[in-house]
Amino acid sequence: MAGDGAGVKFTVRELGVRYGERLALRDVSMDIAEKKITALIGPSGCGKSTFLRCLNRMNDTISGARARGRILLDGADILAPGTDVVALRQRVGMVFQRPNPFPQSVFDNVAFGPRVLGLASGRLLASLVESGLRAADLWDEVKDGLAQDALALSLGQQQRLCIARTIAVAPEVILMDEPCSALDPISTLRVEELMRTLAARYTIVIVTHNMHQAARVSDFTGFFWIGEDQAGLLAEYGATAQVFTRPRDRRTEDYITGRFG
Amino acid sequence: MKQGRGGARGAPAGRTRWSEFAIVALIRVLGFSTVGFVLLIFAFLLREGLPVFFELPASTLLGRLWYPTFGSFGALPLILGSLLVTLLAVLIALPLGVASAVFIREVAPRWAREVLKPLIEVLAGIPSVVLGFFGMSVVAPLVRQWLGAPTGLTAFTGALVLAYMSLPTIISVAEDALDAVPRGYRDAGLAMGATRWQTTWRVVVPAGRSGVIIAGMLGMGRAIGETMAVMMVTGNAARLPLDAAALFKPVRTMTATIAAEMGEVARGGVHYHALFGIGILLFVLTFLINLAAARTILRRRRKGGLR
Repeated sequence: MAGDGAGVKFTVRELGVRYGERLALRDVSMDIAEKKITALIGPSGCGKSTFLRCLNRMNDTISGARARGRILLDGADILAPGTDVVALRQRVGMVFQRPNPFPQSVFDNVAFGPRVLGLASGRLLASLVESGLRAADLWDEVKDGLAQDALALSLGQQQRLCIARTIAVAPEVILMDEPCSALDPISTLRVEELMRTLAARYTIVIVTHNMHQAARVSDFTGFFWIGEDQAGLLAEYGATAQVFTRPRDRRTEDYITGRFG
Repeated sequence: MKQGRGGARGAPAGRTRWSEFAIVALIRVLGFSTVGFVLLIFAFLLREGLPVFFELPASTLLGRLWYPTFGSFGALPLILGSLLVTLLAVLIALPLGVASAVFIREVAPRWAREVLKPLIEVLAGIPSVVLGFFGMSVVAPLVRQWLGAPTGLTAFTGALVLAYMSLPTIISVAEDALDAVPRGYRDAGLAMGATRWQTTWRVVVPAGRSGVIIAGMLGMGRAIGETMAVMMVTGNAARLPLDAAALFKPVRTMTATIAAEMGEVARGGVHYHALFGIGILLFVLTFLINLAAARTILRRRRKGGLR
């Protein structure tokens, strides 16, 4: 399994997810390395987003979703009954496929988390917002317009704003669900560069349909596939260089070389 | 229109085209006649009401006394009475209505939502005379006992009943507004470690605020035009409500005045024209409220491009 001697953030064992009667994910076990970027690739419907949404229990918001198995975050099982989901999500933030800034000002967007969690107010809050925007590589573009409506920003800026908003609550892990699929190539590049910078401080898990992106940006790659019973499974997992150059699994090789559409 | 042209379902082409024409013509006539009727009503209102503005000087019309028998037609007590009862009603109903909408949309389990929504529609269908009767026999005595007022038929009682009547409008419009808030906003709030309540209160409700404002205005429009229930519970004394104590004394609204006096006036007289004049005023007021609501809706559509 991936690890390379680095710390392990998540230890996932025999994770299975059902939506009602339908099995969406079968028996996934993987270790996710701390302060590295782990990319999850695979065809649509293979359960990679489902897997991602288990890591901060966002699947709880979907009615009928049930997860089995174990997901240890720093050794503690987050699927255990008594888990404080709200505290978990503060530690494990999420950036979504479609940029979803609140219809409020740029400042209020970044300040949302700290305000809600009671982390800061006044001048401290302002400096927290600034450092969040700087960390998301957005500060120079919006510093003169912190009061402007966030929806007036370009899509790429909106997505970086969402990253800033996530960073502002000081998470340990950032989950990204196809964060660039709505962005143009230039904006995509900027977000990728940003991810490389952020990896120094945060554990990042990214779901992507773009294999080049996975190859460019990630340290480890997990390849998901759809089993014969239509349930997703983890077909291969390893260091990105190995998965892309010397895949062990035939399906991975076919997928990466483009034999599947 | 297109399907009819070729008679695709085997009907003879000529006949299809004729019935098509007839249906379209009928719909067109019905549509235009609706507009026509509204215009006719408005013209009638103007014809009967405008003369009063020539028959009486403005100082009389804006006077403080409404004693038609003695020739004083001061509409100020009625205007203020209407505004007082209406605003108070909205003030009571808006927080309750928004809270109910939040409950139905964000908190209640699905089965409860499916029971509550039609129930609220039923609430809107209760005849106002029934609510007036309820206000008279239940609410008014309670108000009298609790406040120690000489009578329970007060502006406050009227506001309570009106608030109850405008609740269904406010709840369903506010609920629609919350429903239109994109799921992404909720997800973003939750994913940041906000609780469900924090997400609802700080993300969903602000995102739907224009809809909530519209709900308030439509509720106000409903309240200001209401007649029967108000007439039954407000005591109908045409006195100027100028101090806080006036809340717990009888008032008379514009609608109640028209309804109560119209049956006894001589057609074509000053009093008759004055009542229609009040009708014009009421019409203008509701029109302005609806206009403001429509503008808010338009502005929201223009802004909400990304949703």
